[in-house]
Formats: sequence, C-alpha cells, structure tokens
Amino acid sequence: MKIHIRNGRIIDPLNARDQIGDLCIAAGKIVGNGHVPADFHANRTIDASGFIVCPGLVDLSVRLREPGYEYRATLESEMLAAAAGGITSLACPPDTDPPLDEPGLVEMLKFRAKNLPGPRVYPIGALTQKLEGRALTEMAELTEAGCRAFTQADAPLTDTLVLLRAMEYAATFGFSLWLRPQDVALAREGVAHDGAVASRLGIPGIPALAETVALATILQLARETGARVHLARLSTREGIAMVRAAKAQGLAVSCDVAATHVHLSENDLVGFDAHMHLVPPLRGQRDRDAIREALRDGSIDALCSDHTPVDEDAKQVPFGESEPGASGVELLLPLTLKWAREMGVPLLQALDLVTWKPAQILGVPGGHLSVGACADVCIFDEAAEWVVTPQALASQGDNTPFLGHPMQGRVRYTVIDGHIDFEAPH
Amino acid sequence: MNLQLTEDGRLRHLLTLDGLPRAIITQILDTAESFMDVGEREVKKVPLLRGKSIFNLFFEPSTRTRTTFEIAAKRLSADVVNLNIATSSQTKGEAILDTVDNLAAMHADMFIVRHAQSGAAHFIARHVAPHISVVNAGDGRHAHPTQGLLDMFTIRRYKGAFHNLTVAIVGDVLHSRVARSQIHALTTLGVPEVRVIGPKTLLPTGVEQMGVKVFHDMDAGLAGCDVVIMLRLQNERMKGALLPSAQEYFKFFGLTPEKLALAKPGAIVMHPGPMNRGVEIASEVADGPQSVILPQVTYGIAVRMAVMALLAGGTTA
Repeated sequence: MKIHIRNGRIIDPLNARDQIGDLCIAAGKIVGNGHVPADFHANRTIDASGFIVCPGLVDLSVRLREPGYEYRATLESEMLAAAAGGITSLACPPDTDPPLDEPGLVEMLKFRAKNLPGPRVYPIGALTQKLEGRALTEMAELTEAGCRAFTQADAPLTDTLVLLRAMEYAATFGFSLWLRPQDVALAREGVAHDGAVASRLGIPGIPALAETVALATILQLARETGARVHLARLSTREGIAMVRAAKAQGLAVSCDVAATHVHLSENDLVGFDAHMHLVPPLRGQRDRDAIREALRDGSIDALCSDHTPVDEDAKQVPFGESEPGASGVELLLPLTLKWAREMGVPLLQALDLVTWKPAQILGVPGGHLSVGACADVCIFDEAAEWVVTPQALASQGDNTPFLGHPMQGRVRYTVIDGHIDFEAPH
Repeated sequence: MNLQLTEDGRLRHLLTLDGLPRAIITQILDTAESFMDVGEREVKKVPLLRGKSIFNLFFEPSTRTRTTFEIAAKRLSADVVNLNIATSSQTKGEAILDTVDNLAAMHADMFIVRHAQSGAAHFIARHVAPHISVVNAGDGRHAHPTQGLLDMFTIRRYKGAFHNLTVAIVGDVLHSRVARSQIHALTTLGVPEVRVIGPKTLLPTGVEQMGVKVFHDMDAGLAGCDVVIMLRLQNERMKGALLPSAQEYFKFFGLTPEKLALAKPGAIVMHPGPMNRGVEIASEVADGPQSVILPQVTYGIAVRMAVMALLAGGTTA
C-alpha cells in the first residue's frame, strides 16, 4: 500500500518541522516528507489541504478492559476508538482481571491486538503478582513476552521494602517502573480532593499530601537504586515542584498527567456528577494552573488520556459509590489542542507531548515523521467543531466529564503501519 | 442550573441550604410558624396534602428523623409509607434507581430520602419524574436541610432576629451534615459571626471558606456567644486517630455549666440529638434552663410540615 498525503500542514515535533507539504508512505514506512520521491505511484491519495498531518499519537495509559471487564469495553471497541482519536501506539496498564502478571496473559493480549485493526498495543506488566504488592513478578520473562515497563497501576503498594526491592531488581535489567504516587493510608477514605469544595459537599477527601509523601519516598528510592522511574498521573502543584527539582538535580525521571486534569478542577464536582470521579482526584484551581504551566515549561513530559471505560451502571449511583475513571482516547487530541489554544502554545510544542515525548518514555518506534520511520500518522482538522455525545464517541465507555461540551479539532484519518485504520465519515 | 428551584424560583426539591435564597428560607420559617398550633388542636390535622403519597426512603437507619417526617406528613393528611431500605432490597443488591423507579410506579408524590452517601438526594432528584419532589433527610456528611431549618426556627423564636447574633457550633464538624446545613443557613440569614470550635482532627479542610471563624480553644470560642450548638460525637470517632478518648474530649470540648458561663447571659444551647451525655454535653446543661433541645424537636414537626406543604404547592394552613 502506497499512500500519498498531499498538501497538508506537516507538524513533526522531533524534526522541529511545521510546513505545508506532502507525505509519502510505502510498505509501512515514511518514504518522503516534504517531497515526493521519484517514481512514487500511490494506490491512495489523500487530499490533506487545510488539515494537519502529524505523527500518530502515543498514549501512555489506555485501559482496553480485556481480559476480565468485557462488559465495560472490548479490545475491538477500544482499539477502534483509539484509532478514531488519532492514536497509533498505546500502553495498557495491567489492572485487568486477571492482572497482566504472567507472560501467557501478555502474549495472549498482544496476539489478540495484533489481529485487530487499530493501534500498536504495548502492555505494561504488573509490578507485583496479582498486583497485591507483595511478591515481584517475573519481570524479565514478562519483558520477553512484550511488556514495556512495570506498574501497580492504581493498586496500592503499601510495603516500602517491596518497592525498594522492585526498583533494585528492575535496575538490574534496566527495566522501567511506572508509578502513580499516592500514599495508601493518606488516601484511604477519600474520593475527591481534600479541599474547600469536598469539605462543602461533605465528600471524604484525598489530601495533596497523599501524592507528595509517596513522591518523596519514590524519588529517594530512585536516587538510591538508580532505577528508571516514570511518574504517572501527577495531580498537585507541590508534586510537580518536587519532580521539577529532582530533574534539576539530575535524577532521570519522567512524568505525565491526564488530559482531564489539564482542564478540570475540584470546582467541577459541584452537583455531584459521578463523571467527575477520577483517579487521582480533580484537584484545586492552583494545581490545575500548575499542571498547565508545567506542560508549557517542559517539567511534565507527556499528556495521556488515562482512558478508563466504565459501564453506565457503575456511574449511575451516588458520587462516592461510583466507579472512578473517564473514557478519553477520543478526547486526548482535542483537549491537547484546547490547552495549546488557551495557553498560546505553538502546535509544534503541544503535539510533542502526545507524540515524540511519550514514544521515548515508552521506548517504541513512531512518534515522528522522519524518512524511514514507521508510517504512523494522524491527519486532523484543527478547526472542526463537534460536541461530545455518546453517539459521537466510538468507545464503549460513554463516561466522560465532557459530555455535552463543544470540542475543536477532529481526526480525519489515522494511518497505522502504513494502513488507513480510521477514516472519518464525510 | 439549580436543581432545587423551579424556573420561576419556587421550591422544587429541598436538597441543601447551600445557595437556597434567603427569601425561601424565610418563607419556610413563616409557614412553619403558621403550623405551630396544629399540634395543639384536638384534631391534629390539616387537609393540605390529602390524597398525596409520601415515601420515607431511608437507606440508612434512623428513628427520630423518620418519625418526625411521618408525623408531619400525617398532620398534613398525606398517606405515608415507610421504607427502611437499609434492611430490605438494597442488601439484595437492587440498584438505588430501580428502587426509586419502582416506588414512582406506585404513584409517589414525594420522597423523603436519607442515605449514607453525600449527594445521594441530588442523584435521586436528578432522576425522578417532574411531579415528584425529593426532600433530603440527610446525605452522608453533606446536608440535613430540614434540621438546619428547624434550628433556624428555634433561634428565631428565642432570639427574634439573626443580624445581631454570634453563634458557635461545637464539635465534630468534619462528619456533620447538620453543621454544614446550619452554617449555610446562618450565613444566608445574615448572622454576622458564625464560629466553629473543635480539635483540628474534627474540622474539615478549608472550613473557613464557608464563612466561619475557626476556634480550637473552646473558652475563647464561646466568649460572647448568643447561641451554642453542640454536635453529636459518634461512638466510632471517640478512639483511634481522630480523638484519644471520650474523657479527654469532654474535658476540652464538652459543654459544662462553667464553659457555658463564658457565653452571653441568656445564651441558648441547642443539640440536634441524639445526645451523648457526658461526652459532648453535661446533663446539667442539657436539662438546664438555657437548653432548648426539646423545643427543637417540637419545632421540627412544624418545619417539616412547612417544607412538604410548600413543595406540594400549598402555602399556609
């Protein structure tokens, strides 16, 4: 399959390139960027006039819900939704049922995903067996089966000695640990940010301290062990400041935030909408502002969807009883664009947060449009306006805090490995 | 969007006193005043809600609140059905909305809801048919609006006005839906100084943003108060990480005659009940001349009658 994408605005953050031109694809590779190679004859020509052509998005947290939670979503539905969101590579956390804690499960997931259209699926292995926080998994075996890193996802790890051993063991092989900093005891009873809004609404709170106390431990252990640590879903101003300081001291850590937390805050909890029940909780206005600024100054390395499809029944209950999480693969791009518009950040810089930078964190090909790179491309209409409704979303999870909100920016084509895996209806 | 008001500003549901306009609070208190004599008549009934079905929907056990709602509804001639769901179908896993739908199908006109989760009454109000009203009878730590209203009714009866008062709320504000409703009502009605008094473990983060002054020293907090509201300290809070013991709590935050003497002469003492004598309040105070704790209970019926009558479209008796 040879594809000729004509006359688009090509934005390629790695190569610091933002100009109108053609992109040519053959045999799953990019063979021309800005120019058309001699004797290139396309099977398919896409007129990208007025559209933006960028590397396919790399999403660091997408719950595909298989195995175990097929009633919430299936591999088919969520991979299609991810492709509709312009995502060409995704990392899936191990909090499935059973968790991804043994090679057979990882191989099965990779095999199933490979035979379906949609993004490249990179499992993140369970850090501990059954995610129970006690015994380490066979990290080396799991890596051979295809795991790119190891995590507890949102499962607690209360035993600091286990965390130390996990870091030492991972550092032995150079494996990467993805950790969401949250002190289990400090977060124990909470379902929302411990601040003025939760106090007013009488919702038990999770203090910002739950993040910073855990972060202090993780950073100290990472310094000591030399383990490669990626900090997932930061949510507080203080937490971001700690990571910024650790980086300045030369510690090789990276971090991400969820796109929801760039736009929402505790104020959105008024009215008790269970769709606002997220993990980590939506924090204060100043935390949200700190996230927006840290994305601009590069202290935060990547934006992810933290896609978590939840069935309607689990949200149709009072706030505190509801299942946390938001569906998000189809909103990652528009929410990134919205932040860039509001902050006056150039697209070249904004798209870096969802393409090249997360590709480096995950350590996978893609995320750029250099000649010879794999042909993972997203073509979107920056100006297209649409409204978030269940009908407008391909994901089986309709649970998004943005239901009814207008969005700007919509994917027109998603090319994965040289194939057009998504094409918006005209 | 204000869930509890109609487009023309009338009461549609009663879910919280947070943001409820002063005019509506005053209207409820005035209406309650007009119902005060109904309980003293030989026939303790007015026909305002004849033919209406009111469902007491209690997802959390309660005797006192449920009973006062039941009496209030019966005095308005409504038909009352009590459902203690804490001990029925919810334990069989029936979803809350299924329960509500089933009862709506039995032609309910009003749900009185108590639930352990904050926001549960909002949740139900958002899902019921337009002709059904929801009254929050306590949701988690969030709100207990009829209790807050009866407390305002009590203060107005004894103090006449709100604009010149200093009111102290003492104890476990963190877990108290009553305290939250009281704070909103007091600030809306123009009380110039609302104080909360308690140890740091029992005060919510950022409570001052609700318009109150925070005191950790009870003597300082009580000085010059016109109204002292004691909160119930539940048994499970009295040991562990929130408080070391009931004895130590009583020593520093219990209301004794000596402590009450620091408030203004003639200050009234209130308590939403049920009381823990010797934990948050000494018996001498609870049964003393400044206590208005039993009148609170009596007024509770008139206030709940007023709320139901206004929701059902009536005005006065």
